[in-house]
Amino acid sequence: MIAEINQTRIKEMKIELAPLLSIRDLHVWYELRRFGFGHAGYVKAVDGVSFDLAPGETVAVVGESGCGKSSLMKTILGLNTPTSGEVIFDGRNLSELRGNDLRAYRFEVGYVQQDPYGALPPFMDIQKILEEPLIISGIKDKAARLERIRKVMSEVKLHPAEDFLPKFPHMLSGGQQQRVVIARAMLRSPKLIVADEPVSMLDASVRVEILKLMHALQAEHNLSVIYITHDLSTVKYFSARIFVMYAGNLVEKAETRRLLENPLHPYTLALLAATSDPDARNAESFKEVPPGEPPSLVNPPRGCRFHPRCARAIEGLCNQQEPPDFEAEPRHFVACWLYRPGEQGQ
Amino acid sequence: MNAMKSSLQNLLKYPSAVMGTLVVLLLVFTAVFAMIKIPYSEAIRLWRGGEDVWYQNPKFAPPAWINHFSSKKYAESFSARTTDGSMEKTVTPGNEGTVSFAISYPLDFTYDYYPQEMILYVTSKYETKQPFVSVELLTPDGRKIRITNASIGEKMTYRFSQDQKLMTRLRTEDVFPALFSDPETGELLKGQYQLQISGTTFEPGSDIDVEFVFHGQVYGLAGTDQSRRDLVVPLLWGAPVALAFGLIASLGTLVLTMVIAAIGTWYGGWLDELIQRITEVNLVLPFLSILIMIGTFYSRSIWVILGATILLSIFTGAIKGYRSIFMQVKESMYIEAAQAYGASSPRIIFFYLIPRMIPLLIPGLVSSVPSFVFLEASLAVLGLGDPILPTWGKIIQDAQANGALYRGYYYWILEPAALLMVTGLGFAMLGFALDRVFNPRLRDV
Repeated sequence: MIAEINQTRIKEMKIELAPLLSIRDLHVWYELRRFGFGHAGYVKAVDGVSFDLAPGETVAVVGESGCGKSSLMKTILGLNTPTSGEVIFDGRNLSELRGNDLRAYRFEVGYVQQDPYGALPPFMDIQKILEEPLIISGIKDKAARLERIRKVMSEVKLHPAEDFLPKFPHMLSGGQQQRVVIARAMLRSPKLIVADEPVSMLDASVRVEILKLMHALQAEHNLSVIYITHDLSTVKYFSARIFVMYAGNLVEKAETRRLLENPLHPYTLALLAATSDPDARNAESFKEVPPGEPPSLVNPPRGCRFHPRCARAIEGLCNQQEPPDFEAEPRHFVACWLYRPGEQGQ
Repeated sequence: MNAMKSSLQNLLKYPSAVMGTLVVLLLVFTAVFAMIKIPYSEAIRLWRGGEDVWYQNPKFAPPAWINHFSSKKYAESFSARTTDGSMEKTVTPGNEGTVSFAISYPLDFTYDYYPQEMILYVTSKYETKQPFVSVELLTPDGRKIRITNASIGEKMTYRFSQDQKLMTRLRTEDVFPALFSDPETGELLKGQYQLQISGTTFEPGSDIDVEFVFHGQVYGLAGTDQSRRDLVVPLLWGAPVALAFGLIASLGTLVLTMVIAAIGTWYGGWLDELIQRITEVNLVLPFLSILIMIGTFYSRSIWVILGATILLSIFTGAIKGYRSIFMQVKESMYIEAAQAYGASSPRIIFFYLIPRMIPLLIPGLVSSVPSFVFLEASLAVLGLGDPILPTWGKIIQDAQANGALYRGYYYWILEPAALLMVTGLGFAMLGFALDRVFNPRLRDV
């Protein structure tokens, strides 16, 4: 526990020094078209997100489906073009990268997907699947590629490698498939791993193993990890910080322990209440969930986007002005008018 | 690959697939055999050859095997010559440099119909004095009919049916009934005839050679056409041409359609729009009419027609079908992953989108072969067949031009038509079975 805290401290210091990934006021809007050409508004999937990620730091982005976390992730991976704002990776602005620089950036970012079966092309065997990223990064020597593949496969505990290489994805179990996906992300020694709900499609029995594996890899290679999930129960396994995302905004940012022990934003509270921990009492009790549905991203509510569902919304403030980030306690940011300076939430 | 293997094993459960495979293999074997047995240049020479190549054959002769289905036997065609020993030549030296030649040929005539024609081709070598030849026919009842006497030049062609003197001597307009009948009853006389040719040369070193050609009513395995051509040549060579045309057109069309659909789907935007609009325009254009125009005004070469066929077949409904499937595949997670690890667009199109479609492609590939084979035949029947290559369609066209059905030469049309049908049936049976294997939803229908 002490060691973990120390590690966190070191990471905190790193944040001050040089962030690996720095996101500044990122907006990702998708244009809606009418009849294929007329303009009909925007889907504001990511709307004003900023954060820094230190080398070797792990963060979890938590939020319900449709809150924009996948859009955020795809923008970081360079699959989406941001509408405005900046993604700066290791001093390079992602939107200015072209051609070979963009490819070089992609070599430094690994992507672990949600559905391992869907993430592996069904017509390629494991060897081909794992060779592809290496071929793309220009390793022409087949022996060198295979050597690297064997090394990574042993790191993700797919051994003996020879048993797996000629197999096709459908011949592997879900856990093995996810290990292949992780191996594929690790092949080119990335600095950052973006993991999109890596365990949500797996059996409960395999989840912990995969999370432990990812944690071990993270520690061994000092990887930065962005872990995207809607399930708070898996977060505590390895992320140092948690970002809670709601309707395109990060509403609360804090270290994992602080956020879990002292959640501040009403949405975070609701989310935590809905988390299913293996507890017999849960079966007998009803959980408080906020009423209503997540808002439309085309036409989000004025002011705080959570206010229509918030029991503690302040009339005239929450429905008028968008809340900025308030530092409610040291290193614990929350975008909620309840914590504006001078007020004490609770 | 394992999926492929098990698919092929599944295939063996369908009798139609086994039949289809056998037919296709047989066709491939025929095509290979044709190309080895009759090389391309030889096939062209034979197909384009006239009387000089085919003088040994009768015209419009049905295949010889029809005799098995008839109680009355048609005369079969053959030829014999002294140069290769199939006719025996006895040489007797005489006085003062003269040499006598005696050539005797036994002619087994056991047929119920008179021959079409008998021809003697006599060649000789001499310097100043022309050799002399006389021809006689010994009948089974012991008569000796004098056919002709003549001094011969270097080359002489003697047609039995066209010798006015012989007609006068036999007191008939039609030579063969007179030669091969009993003079008392007027009925056809079967038995061993003997053709006797005796010749004399008057110089040392002078020589005579004779070739005897007997045109019956039937010929060979497949019969002959209006130019005496043996139909075996175009029937055999039609197989590689039909297979090449069908397979290249089918493969070319499907592969290009798929690649273009994949490129359009992947890049989207104006490129996709353009492909869609071209397809919609092409769909309402008359396909066959355009091909007929190309054949009439530009070139009838099979390769030009093949190219035009492929080009016109790319932008059809298939491109829309492929596009709809690519739209799905494009959104799949492994494409996203490939993009994330930096795969280029061409790499994604050729290594990620298209391989997904190959199982769907194979049945279509096989079952669209016959339509292209028939297309080539249809064009040939319309007179737009390749001017050089022998094809099945061209046989039908020749038959039609010579009124084959009207004049009763059914073999001439039925042979190529049967081959076309068998080809179509073989590929169709295999294609349907493949479709069932690769699209399991069709299995119980």
